[in-house]
Amino acid sequence: MMKYIKTWILVGFASLLLVACGQGGGGSGSKKSKTLDNTKKAGFVKCGVSQGLPGFSNADEAGNWSGIDVDVCRAVAAAVLGDADKVKYTPLSAKERFTALTSGEIDVLARNTTWTLSRDADIGLTFVGVNFYDGQGFMVRKNSGINSVNDFKNGISACTNTGTTTELNMRDFFNSKNISYEPIAFEKADEVVAAYDAGRCDTYTTDKSGLAAQRTKMSNPDEHKVLPETISKEPLGPVVRQGDAVWEDIVRWSLNTMIEAEEYGVNSSNASSLKDSENPAIKRLVGSEGELGAAFGLDNDWSLRIIEQVGNYGESYKKHIADTGILPNRGPNQLWTKGGILYVPPAR
Amino acid sequence: MILKKFNIENKKARDLIPQAITVLALLSVIIYFATNAQINMGNRGISFGFGFLNQEASFDITFSMIEYDGSHSYGRAFLVGLLNTILVSVIGIFFATIIGVIVGIARLSDNYLIAKVAEWYVEIFRNIPLILQIFFWYFAALRALPLPENGISFYDISFLTIKGWYVPKFIWTNFNIFLLSLIAAFIAIYFINSYATKQREQFGKQIPTTIISLTTLILIPLITFLFLGVSLTFEYPVLKQLSPTVFTYAGGVSIIPELIALALALSMYTATFIAENVRAGILGVGKGQKEAAASIGLNKNQILKLVVMPQALRIIIPPTTNQYLNLTKNSSLAAAIAYPDIVLVFAGTALMQTGRAIEIISITMLTYLTLSISISIFMNWYNKKMAIKEK
Repeated sequence: MMKYIKTWILVGFASLLLVACGQGGGGSGSKKSKTLDNTKKAGFVKCGVSQGLPGFSNADEAGNWSGIDVDVCRAVAAAVLGDADKVKYTPLSAKERFTALTSGEIDVLARNTTWTLSRDADIGLTFVGVNFYDGQGFMVRKNSGINSVNDFKNGISACTNTGTTTELNMRDFFNSKNISYEPIAFEKADEVVAAYDAGRCDTYTTDKSGLAAQRTKMSNPDEHKVLPETISKEPLGPVVRQGDAVWEDIVRWSLNTMIEAEEYGVNSSNASSLKDSENPAIKRLVGSEGELGAAFGLDNDWSLRIIEQVGNYGESYKKHIADTGILPNRGPNQLWTKGGILYVPPAR
Repeated sequence: MILKKFNIENKKARDLIPQAITVLALLSVIIYFATNAQINMGNRGISFGFGFLNQEASFDITFSMIEYDGSHSYGRAFLVGLLNTILVSVIGIFFATIIGVIVGIARLSDNYLIAKVAEWYVEIFRNIPLILQIFFWYFAALRALPLPENGISFYDISFLTIKGWYVPKFIWTNFNIFLLSLIAAFIAIYFINSYATKQREQFGKQIPTTIISLTTLILIPLITFLFLGVSLTFEYPVLKQLSPTVFTYAGGVSIIPELIALALALSMYTATFIAENVRAGILGVGKGQKEAAASIGLNKNQILKLVVMPQALRIIIPPTTNQYLNLTKNSSLAAAIAYPDIVLVFAGTALMQTGRAIEIISITMLTYLTLSISISIFMNWYNKKMAIKEK
């Protein structure tokens, strides 16, 4: 009989221990960056991307990711780990993306995500900047005779993605115009394209860059056009988890470095030769002056590595967005010195 | 005294304590997960609460059975999604049962062709993943439908197009009286049937109940139309031009293609399993039963209806309950083709807009649990009713 008692006591203790574990788990934030430590330990940056949006984050047949969103993650990897290729990409639907970030499955979300107040403030996220200024537009068939949003009439059906700001903007827009419409919201972009292409809906609405990119996937891209109007502001940018200020700074300044590098004419081919430049701003960018990296626990060449391995913002834009024919014209995504609105705080 | 009660020699205590420990361990695990989630949410500055249900949803839904637009609350959006889930489940269960019974009986047909067709149907539809079937019906089958301006017309009152199936809208006056007359008709039919049963059991007299019941069902409501001021008019869908090449239908009711595709896929898929249940049920009835029925002069249909089916049902109902539950749960695949069910609307859009993953997923899981348990309870009641009552 003693044997039984022992077993019971053991089981009892085990369950008590479980409760104790529950109390102890979790841990709390400290001055040091837990995310940075974990990233260094793992040897790669955990990056959340889209399930395939040409120009932003798209995988080729071999599974290599590219795009301007991907370049943000590559920049972070170059800064933190010294190698831009050390990134683990997790394709996420619009619905999954924030949960993946807050739960720690990924550490950077670079997935054409619109910066809004409620997202920034409400759900444990922090937006670190804007890497693409976008706006929502509409695509229609060329032969439809619709040349402007003013040609929309009651009963029009509009396809879009679920779980995005576009769903909300669409409502605001049609309400303000007093037009009754049929909203059809799919989970995946590919299905939106297929449904629109089949004629299930009369117009397809999402960010204009998205429309331009998705148009290339239509059975006959020339039959479709994007209407001139833009109905919303969509500043797209990388997001990190709230509560790790150091990691937040690393991601923010990795992006800023790319933009600042373009501003000062530093690019992937000339960066290392500019170590002895006259201009102190350039010297800071390539790491030959100041101790900027130390502020977030990195060496002094972190920004040089970003520029050398990933390139500056202009190079990234040209390679992924302009040369692929998605949006050859940079529009608002031009530097502030050249008539655009790209303006980042100085790196000093 | 207490010590003696919990003595190890005491059998009751011996039985009880391990169970108590199991419950304790289970509770600990739950508490562990809950605390862990709480701590992690706290660390990341996420609050927990259901207040968001009263906030304005500010997104629209294609298809709703109750009044809804974006100015309503998330709670209302939840209700819209729930009703849509129930709608597609009910339609799916209805057709899956009909197709399933027909195919199940057909598989046992003496006619070689019918039996083979039924067999092929079962083997094909049972062995293709449901999500692919949903995509097939939505993107392949419905894609073949014409644009509204060339819609397939049914006597110019109903049109089938790629944008949906437009049917006339019923506009009732004095609908309540009509409803009451329907209820009255059903009560009358109930009494007619029990009278007929009595006649049959006492005097062996056969009364053609089917025809009498049908007549009652038509006659009583008809009276309300003729004498009690009930009337029904239709609003027909009319082709409407939105731009030189864009057309739609205005008026009438639109049955969206997403609903059609989903209901088709769910019922065709689940019907295969029900068909197999039906076949098993019929084969499970002893051969002697059929021979005995034949020997007292019942014809084939009577044997099936009066002797085989009542006994087969006992075998068919329990596994079919499982299929009904599966169908209801499988309806959550709706999100793939934009049918606004609870998963798409609530666990999708609402979750996205509010970011309240834990709250919303819990509510959604609880909802499916409630739905499934309700179906279970109903089917168990029906099963009991159908079970052989030993006399």
